[in-house]
Amino acid sequence: MELRQRYEEDLTLVRGVLGWSALLALLAFLALLPALAPGYFLYTASLVAVHVVIAVGLNLLVGYTGQISLGHAGFVAVGAYAAGVLATRLHVPWPGAMLGGGIAAAFFGFLVGIPALRLTGPYLTIATLGFGIAVNQVLTNWEQLSGGRTGLFLPKLAIAGVRLRDHHIYYLFAGLAAALVWIATNLVRSHVGRAFVAIRDSDIAAEVMGVNLTVYKTLAFAVSAFYAGIGGAMLAYLLGYLEPQLFTLFESIYYFSMIVIGGLGTIPGSILGAILLTILPQQLAGLKQYLPLVYGATIVLVMAVEPLGIYGRWLRIKLWFKTWPF
Amino acid sequence: MVQDMALLVQYVVVGLAVGSLYALVALGIVLLYRTSRILNFAHGDLATFGTFIAFALLTAWRWPFAAASLGSLLTTAVVGAAFFFLVIRPAKESTLLGKIVITLGLALVLQGATVILWGTGTKILPFPLSDIKVYRLGQVVVSQISVGSFAVGLALMGALYVLVQHTRVGLAMRAVSQDTVAAQVLGIPVKQIFALTWGLASALGAAAGILLAPATLLDPYMMLDPFLKGFAAAVLGGIDSMPGAAVGGLLLGVLEALFGGYVSVKFKTTLAFLIIIAVLVVRPEGLLGREYKRRV
Repeated sequence: MELRQRYEEDLTLVRGVLGWSALLALLAFLALLPALAPGYFLYTASLVAVHVVIAVGLNLLVGYTGQISLGHAGFVAVGAYAAGVLATRLHVPWPGAMLGGGIAAAFFGFLVGIPALRLTGPYLTIATLGFGIAVNQVLTNWEQLSGGRTGLFLPKLAIAGVRLRDHHIYYLFAGLAAALVWIATNLVRSHVGRAFVAIRDSDIAAEVMGVNLTVYKTLAFAVSAFYAGIGGAMLAYLLGYLEPQLFTLFESIYYFSMIVIGGLGTIPGSILGAILLTILPQQLAGLKQYLPLVYGATIVLVMAVEPLGIYGRWLRIKLWFKTWPF
Repeated sequence: MVQDMALLVQYVVVGLAVGSLYALVALGIVLLYRTSRILNFAHGDLATFGTFIAFALLTAWRWPFAAASLGSLLTTAVVGAAFFFLVIRPAKESTLLGKIVITLGLALVLQGATVILWGTGTKILPFPLSDIKVYRLGQVVVSQISVGSFAVGLALMGALYVLVQHTRVGLAMRAVSQDTVAAQVLGIPVKQIFALTWGLASALGAAAGILLAPATLLDPYMMLDPFLKGFAAAVLGGIDSMPGAAVGGLLLGVLEALFGGYVSVKFKTTLAFLIIIAVLVVRPEGLLGREYKRRV
């Protein structure tokens, strides 16, 4: 443990030679990935970026604020369709459409957050579950909006009229994901993040300490839904088309599995979970029917043995080496 | 006018038949929630698993229907109780979030197992009652299967009522649900009561699954919708009240049939979730539940 004498030293995110070299190595790896990896893997890498954004957002809500959401696919769907409708009907360029998707989802997050003020535990879980399924059903049945079974086709991503190729999309999405992760990391270190954690640990105690529950609970929902919406818009552009079947209860549980397996209440955990649960199914495509079984068993195992997920285990290993030989 | 009345009665009758099955699902959820405060997200998948067991016993083993149903209920009860002993009890994570996540994991495991064992194709459960044979009462038409499932549903609810209210085991179950520690101090075998509750709740789900099978056909995702409706019914009636679950189930069935008949068939399933959210906002304790309070 080194001595920190100034407040700025306490605030820095990257510390020491080891921290900087790890960050540089990571950036170099991400930058060189298109040259090293086979072409189809770039699509997976872009999908990882999408899932990182969604998982980080979900973890802000579930892991940090302690508000369970089993309807996150609903927010993702709102973001994706808002972006899709903005891009196809109103011909908004993609940055506007993505932002619009995020804002639309944040608005719905705010709406869901209002009943959440009165609901805790299992009640909130059911309400969000209901929200996710209601969104899916409305999309399935409201064909003017969603294009029904034929789906909604989005224009290709382009900058100044030049169509983006696969590796451009990868750089764009990786950049977006990195920026959003950086924002989330700073958010949870600020007074807002501390309020979220206080609400998770005991909302009554938090209120007594002066945390405005109305503001921070709805804020948590709105921010989390904003991330989901941006993720949904990215997904929409990555796939190029949308159909309601992309946003079912299974997807909600899938996003949930990412943060549980990666580590609840940690940003690196969300990223690890998103990476693992995106790459694993792609590699195990031949064993597709075993996937629910594997996910389920892993979730049960993680909760039974290591409630803080992979990242929690990593922290323990690190601690063991730091304190060795004690 | 007379026809309008007949149509209304017809919708109500259909709604009651479906509602009795929602009530069965809801009762399983409520039974478990009351005792252990765990909202079992694997309830639907346990029920599907049980229905597939019945299917296997009926077709591959050629058991008679009654024996196969009984076998399925027992197997599902054992799976439920085993889950309690093997996972819920030894699990390190004991927060509410953790337990919900564990049951979600179990739901995925059971769903995956059902897919691997029986495939994703739809199957037909050979059922002794027919849905083509109908009874007519004036202008109202009721199928044999609706009458049968309504009767079985009511009988099961009655049996559960007697078990919980008028037996020593039921008394122990109620004691555990009121105060686990006090019950333990008084010498009630809490562990066994929990396991029994898991088993009973799972068996109720399997019964609902078998009764629903003729209407929905068999596939690994068949119970998802009825399970969510059961949730809605449980919330509507009050998630800690067993009479509430029964009333909520029947009421939800009728409301849904009326909504489907008069307003929109397409958005029929969305209604259940609107009801959930409305109930949770206006009266979170449900129709018959006790007041929604929390100890600090």
